[in-house]
Amino acid sequence: MAQPILSQKTSPSAERRASREESVIKLASKSASYIALAAATVLAGAAMADPDEDQLVINGEIEIVTETKAPAHVENFDTIYSGWRFRSDETQAFEIDDFDNPGMLGVEAALDVWATAEGSEGKSCADCHGEPDEMAGARAVYPKWNEEAGEVRTLEMQVNDCRETRMGAEAWKYNARGMTDMVALLSSVSRGMPMNVAIDGPAQSTWEKGKEIYYTRYGQLELSCANCHEDNYGNMIRADHLSQGQTNGFPTYRLKNTKLNSVHDRFKGCIRDTRAHTYAPGSPEFVALELYVASRGNGLSVEGPSVRN
Amino acid sequence: MASGVKPRVKVPKKASAGEAITIKTLISHKMESGQRKDSDGNLIPRSIINHFACTFNGKSVIEVVLEPAISTNPYIEFEATVPETGTFEFTWQDDDGSTYTESKDITVG
Amino acid sequence: MKLSRRETLLLGAGAAVAAVLPLPTYADAVADAVAAFTGGADVADGGVTVDAPEIAENGNTVPISVSSDGAESIMVLATGNPTPAVATFTFGELAASQSGSIRIRLAQTQDVMAIAKMPDGTFQKASATVKVTIGGCGG
Repeated sequence: MAQPILSQKTSPSAERRASREESVIKLASKSASYIALAAATVLAGAAMADPDEDQLVINGEIEIVTETKAPAHVENFDTIYSGWRFRSDETQAFEIDDFDNPGMLGVEAALDVWATAEGSEGKSCADCHGEPDEMAGARAVYPKWNEEAGEVRTLEMQVNDCRETRMGAEAWKYNARGMTDMVALLSSVSRGMPMNVAIDGPAQSTWEKGKEIYYTRYGQLELSCANCHEDNYGNMIRADHLSQGQTNGFPTYRLKNTKLNSVHDRFKGCIRDTRAHTYAPGSPEFVALELYVASRGNGLSVEGPSVRN
Repeated sequence: MASGVKPRVKVPKKASAGEAITIKTLISHKMESGQRKDSDGNLIPRSIINHFACTFNGKSVIEVVLEPAISTNPYIEFEATVPETGTFEFTWQDDDGSTYTESKDITVG
Repeated sequence: MKLSRRETLLLGAGAAVAAVLPLPTYADAVADAVAAFTGGADVADGGVTVDAPEIAENGNTVPISVSSDGAESIMVLATGNPTPAVATFTFGELAASQSGSIRIRLAQTQDVMAIAKMPDGTFQKASATVKVTIGGCGG
């Protein structure tokens, strides 16, 4: 049932189409009832398959690259798209003006924190870093190898290192609201800059670990990240229009839970949806996965805080 | 006062007399509907922004009665006519009795 | 409770009507809300615009706009919500148009209805159907 529908799609290449059909068939053999549902919704959603053609300019001035050539290390598709391109016009519109973007409330909250001294050293973020604008570019290159620590670090880890080491303040919980707000602030000042995480040198082994996780099937549904976001992006999974699962738009304000969500929160949600026990936000596994997934989006503009369903 | 409540408004700084201008407002508020239950099964009490008003130089532009079906972080957009230079006043009423206000000046020239 | 034959037939007829309604509504609650706004006056169709997405990606935050030229006030109802009331706009002398945009919660696929009260005491209405999707990936 799913096959003829999929073959109507105007996919960029017949090869990709074939691989999608194959993976849908694989899913079918996993669970008959699941595929019955999936097939019904693929049918319903056939009209809104691939990413749309809309272009994103924020506040009339920040041009966001939402489609570009896939980096060489991405093996199975030629073009990468921001998740923005898979959303409805109404959801897309939330991001066109910062005033309409509720994610900016988190940015505003973080601006206050940025200038507030905390901890035994009596320092604020601003004391070392100046205006948040001076952090432009950081979001684009994280997760990043930290030579001193000998590990790949996410922005969250770096923020907590600042808090503990430089400010003498308590570390925030990895996905605490204040933390995600702060990452949103750091992201907002990098908007429009191309994602450009390094995957070679000392980061390579972490990147490879992340890649392995990306292609590992998890949970009772035995789904890997790739099954949805590589083999089936553009298709409908029940009522959801599957994106490529890019991270350039994080943190993301979701209409569903009306708050900013971190990359690791989303990973956790995805893995839970496969009916698996998930890794914890901040775990080495999710740090590695974040590096790998971020690298798949190298070239897309930093877009966070974005708005998604 | 509910925590983290912060009003924001977007009004052009200048306009010509009689021009229709678009005003956007957003207030951070959880808008607890009163229909949700906590993890122990107890009803979470309703706590919403229930009224919004905008005036210009003391004259009414719009009033909105808000119900629990309004989404978290209530957003209201509308159009106003500005006859002269003056000040917009914005008022939000909370279920808990709090009132939040914001004002914006606009120059007509 | 004992039902007469006539009452039973009436109930059956009500159920039949409910069965052919295109969308689920909380009919009594909607009727009550409309009556509270109109005082029982007739409501004409048209003269009101309801802009709403055909499909809402999440029912928790659905952007909608209503307008009705010259209206005194506009009441917005979500006819498929357990509590249909959403918002009521009252326009002052400096409103440049009788319109407003808000973001609302919709519990399910349903009609969003707007009823405008005109200065002459008449009422008019329009509706828009919004399909609310239940996502595959709650996240």
